[in-house]
This record gives sequence, C-alpha cells and structure tokens, in this order.
Amino acid sequence: MTGRTYGTRPPGMPHEPLRGRLIVIEGADGSGRTTEVALLKEWLEVEGHAVVDTGLRRSDLVSNEIDRAKQGHTLGATTLALLYSADFADQLENKMVPALAAGSTVLADRYIYTLMARAIVRGASREWARELYGFALRPDLVVFLDARPEILLHRAIARYGSLDYWESGMDLCLSRDLFESFFLYQALLSKEFDWMGKQYGFERVDANREPQPVHADVQRLVAPLYRITTPTGPGAPPRPLPVSRDRRPAAFG
Amino acid sequence: MPETPRASHGFPGRLLVFEGLDGSGKSTQAALLGKWLSARGYRVFFTEWNSSELVANVIRRGKKKGLLTPTTFSLLHATDFADRFDRQILPPLRAGYLVVCDRYAYTAFARDAARGCDPDWVRTIYSFAPRPDRTFYFRVGVSVTLRRKIASRLKINYYEAGMDLGLSDDLEESYTKFQTRLKREYDRIAETDRFTIVDSTRPVEAIQAELRSNLAPLLENFPTGADLLHDG
Repeated sequence: MTGRTYGTRPPGMPHEPLRGRLIVIEGADGSGRTTEVALLKEWLEVEGHAVVDTGLRRSDLVSNEIDRAKQGHTLGATTLALLYSADFADQLENKMVPALAAGSTVLADRYIYTLMARAIVRGASREWARELYGFALRPDLVVFLDARPEILLHRAIARYGSLDYWESGMDLCLSRDLFESFFLYQALLSKEFDWMGKQYGFERVDANREPQPVHADVQRLVAPLYRITTPTGPGAPPRPLPVSRDRRPAAFG
Repeated sequence: MPETPRASHGFPGRLLVFEGLDGSGKSTQAALLGKWLSARGYRVFFTEWNSSELVANVIRRGKKKGLLTPTTFSLLHATDFADRFDRQILPPLRAGYLVVCDRYAYTAFARDAARGCDPDWVRTIYSFAPRPDRTFYFRVGVSVTLRRKIASRLKINYYEAGMDLGLSDDLEESYTKFQTRLKREYDRIAETDRFTIVDSTRPVEAIQAELRSNLAPLLENFPTGADLLHDG
C-alpha cells in the first residue's frame, strides 16, 4: 500500500507508506457485493491476514443526518453529495487509515466510486466529483462486480420483495413507474461505472453467476497482493492509473 | 426603463458579500446596509452563514468524540453552504434581489486553508457558487478583534480559536495564532479575488457612508421594487 491519494494529500494523512492493503469491492445493489465481501474476509483471515471491513454510511459522524435527509428528501443534489463525502472522509481518516497504518487489510464494501456515480447521475460534473474525492486513498485493487440489470432486479425482488426507492433512483424523476425508473437509473449508473472503470482501473468480474465462481475470480485478483498461490495461479496485478489535475474551478478560477 | 445589465453570474439579482474576521464589524455594517437598501425601495434579501442545525449537531458530536479533521470539517461546512446556497442565495438571486451575504464561500477558503487544506481543492468544491458582484473585506488586526471580543464579554469558540489544531493549550493564545493565519489567508484572497478592502478601525458611520457610495455605480440601473411593479 503506497498510501497515496488521488489528489493532494489532505492535512493529517500520514506521510509514511501505509502497510496494509486496501481492497475495494464495487457493484450495484444485488451484484453480490456483500456475499463476496464476507467470503473474501473469511478467506483472507484463514490465510492469516487481519481484515477490517467497511462500507458506506456506517460512520458515527453523519449517518443520522443522512438517514434524516433521505427520509425527508429535502436536500439538493450538491448538498447530499457533500454530506456523503463528509461521511466518507470520516471513515477514511478515522477508520481506514488507522487500520492500514497498523498493517490490516481494509476491505471496503463500495468506495468513492459509488458516491461519485450517484452524484454525477444527479447532475454533478465528472470533474467536480473526481476533484472532490481527490483526498481518497488509491486502493490496491478495485473489483467491480458486473451484473446485468435483469439479474439485479431479480435479486432485489427475491431479497426484499420490492424495489428500493433510492436504488431505483426515484428522486431523479426519470419515471413515475418504479420498475421503469430502476432500469433507467441502473443504465445511467452503469455508464458512469464504465467511465470510472477506465479512469481508475477497475478489475471487472462477471457477477451474473453464482457466488462461488465469482469468488474464485476475485481470489485470483487478490492473491498477488499477498503472494498467495491459488489453485489457478496468480492473477494480473492491479493497474494504478494516474488522475490528472488540470482543471481550474469554474466560478472562482 | 433600461433593462438591468446582467452580472457575470448571469442572474438578474446582485450578490453583495461581507467578509472578514469575527469581530471585524462586518455583520453590523451588512445589517445597516441592508436596512438602507430596503429603505431605498430595493428588494433585499439578507442571509448570514452561521452553522445550521444540521452541521452544528454533527460538529458538536464530532468534537465530543474528537473525530473532526480538517477535511471532514471542510466538507461539513461545504454541505451546509450548499444547502444555504440552494435555499437562500440562489432563489432571490434568480428573482432579481440584492442578496446581502454576511460571509460567503471566501470564509471557507480562508478557514480551510488556515487548517491546512489544499486551497485549489476547496475552491473546486465550492465551484457551484458564483463570483459575487461586490465583496467587502473588513480588514482588521487580530489584536483588535480579540479586544472587541473581550470587551463585549463574548466567549471564544473552540473552532474559531483553532483549538483542534493544537496550536496552543491556551484558548486566547490559540485564538490569536489561528486568527492570524486566517487573516493572512484573507489578505491573500483579497488580492486574487479583487475584494473591496474596508479599513474597519474607523467609526461605524464613516464605514457605512463609504459602503453606500461605493455601491452607487452598481445600483445605478438596478430596478427598485416599484420599478419592477410598474414595468409589469
């Protein structure tokens, strides 16, 4: 783990390299993220690595405010994007960085990419979102669990018996029909994940399958980070991609 | 009646901003100016940037647990500002009001930079906020603001003293150090963003008179409420 951030290192972030590894599992709701995170954690622990798992919206700092904002649907897109970023920053600095500094593996069930995609489909510019999250650490590996919208839909219905208002992007007023909105929203998100996949070097894993073959693929990607040998041999090393910082702010430039 | 010329932000209203250290006298002047503009028949909307309930609660919680960092502090205030901007600044600006802001994004630029955040990063975050038509910067020495605070028996706030930065265990000393950093940032921004600098050691009346005459050109073709009514 290099400890490097995408943009300028924020104040208080340690200068020395972080010893632990940061692994991110990204993917839509129903892509099997939670299952894969549990399997991966179990495997890494069996291999003898300390693992701290973390997700979005679990920090003590602003989770109440986020829940309240979601209930009332009252905050604007920029405001909500910033509130999420504050929550993420809190987790990064108070949970992930200390764990990484102590040599633990941090397994993140979603990371800045989901937050960026959500903000962008709600009107934020890609540049703005990218700069906003410039304080985030570059992960050692980002796995994107790629599942077709039909699969996501069936898993959502099987699990919750219905579609979630937010995961269907109903606040975007794409359609008054929940079912239709779900597909339109997932398509918008998918476009952003495609862009980010190239920008940030995602490793895409076909998640239209059962958990076990998905896990085997993820293991092949993770193994080289620890020099673990898997039955099928080491996978390709993750590719860190540089992000240029060339843009001047629009209004204050 | 001639059509109101559009400002650089493209909205029919005008954005008048008051910036400066706590105790620089900007709030007093902003309130007086707002009164005068209303009395002259303009449609005026006055807004101040203090911590909203949302942010105040989070900051209180963060402080108790010692969780706030310069980055989270900055992002929480940006959240608060974005909410205020959407609700209180943009609608009257679009409706053609003179929007008087007691503190604007510049407060964040100065404060976050004084806490060590990257100034370019902070500016990008606030890039949704348009450049004001006029920014009055109430320049004053830190010793003066401290004297004013003590004289009016106001308590020094933990964050306004930058106590989170560990500059000193002594509240007054930390306040002086942090406010000096803030002033340095404000002075720097005053140049790059072409603030109108107000020497705030002078009497209230003298400053107010200066502000009013400074705004005369800006108000020349700006419609009053009555103009707007008669214009249909």
